[in-house]
Amino acid sequence: MAHIKRLVLDVLKPHHPNVVAFARMIADLDPSYHVDITVQTVDEKTESVVIDLTGRGLDPEAVSATIESLGGSVHSVDQVEAEGAADKPTGPDNI
Amino acid sequence: MRLRDELRLLVRISRTAGIARRYFVTNGFDGALTMLGLLVGLRVAGPVDLSTALQACLGAAVALMMSGLSSAYVSESAERRRELRDLEQAMVTDLTGSAHARAAVIIPWLVATVNGMAPFLISLTILTPLWLAQLNGALATHALDLSIGVAFVIMALLGVFLGRVSGTWWIWSVARTLAVGAITVALILLLEL
Repeated sequence: MAHIKRLVLDVLKPHHPNVVAFARMIADLDPSYHVDITVQTVDEKTESVVIDLTGRGLDPEAVSATIESLGGSVHSVDQVEAEGAADKPTGPDNI
Repeated sequence: MRLRDELRLLVRISRTAGIARRYFVTNGFDGALTMLGLLVGLRVAGPVDLSTALQACLGAAVALMMSGLSSAYVSESAERRRELRDLEQAMVTDLTGSAHARAAVIIPWLVATVNGMAPFLISLTILTPLWLAQLNGALATHALDLSIGVAFVIMALLGVFLGRVSGTWWIWSVARTLAVGAITVALILLLEL
């Protein structure tokens, strides 16, 4: 099964936890995860961020659950990169 | 997630550390001052039975704890629920199951515990000489004097803590907390004349 190697998510989140803690919590999901968060807009209580996530065999559901557990809401999945699993180590079951 | 990590996350997202610190100092100081007032009152009232003095002070300590627990819980839970509702409106989403929803439930208990236990534990510390005197059969007046001394030491320590928190000269904040204690004693003595 193909595995996801990159996800770009448009997320609305509360100010707390801040982006540093947010990035840490997502990166903690798997040692291969590399998290890049860019703040797009800041409102009174919320901020829109773009989360650029790369790694081996990304688990979109676990990522989404982590974001929601931190009070965030995934508005859209803006970009996905997947790779065929042939000749490559298989990641966790996803998509 | 371990309980400690979970609590740390909830404290961080709810920005509770400062609030809990404030509650600890204000209600802890309340406890120290209440004990000081009781002890000075007992001291100037003349010969007093040690066990009666201890029971009266313990009663006040328990009342302070219950007052701290209930008042902080009621006000904090109302405040946290309102904050969660405001955040849900801003996010246009239901935050049930999120850390924010968990914080709205757990943080009021945490803050209430700090608010209730601070005066209780401080009161128990101040009453230690009375306890020891009861065990050893020492004189009540000496035990009361020692407890009054412990109350002043605790107020000074709270002053040091406040000075460190505010980043100001700690001697100044110690002087202020001790001055409050001294004024309290002076007022009680004045009333006894």
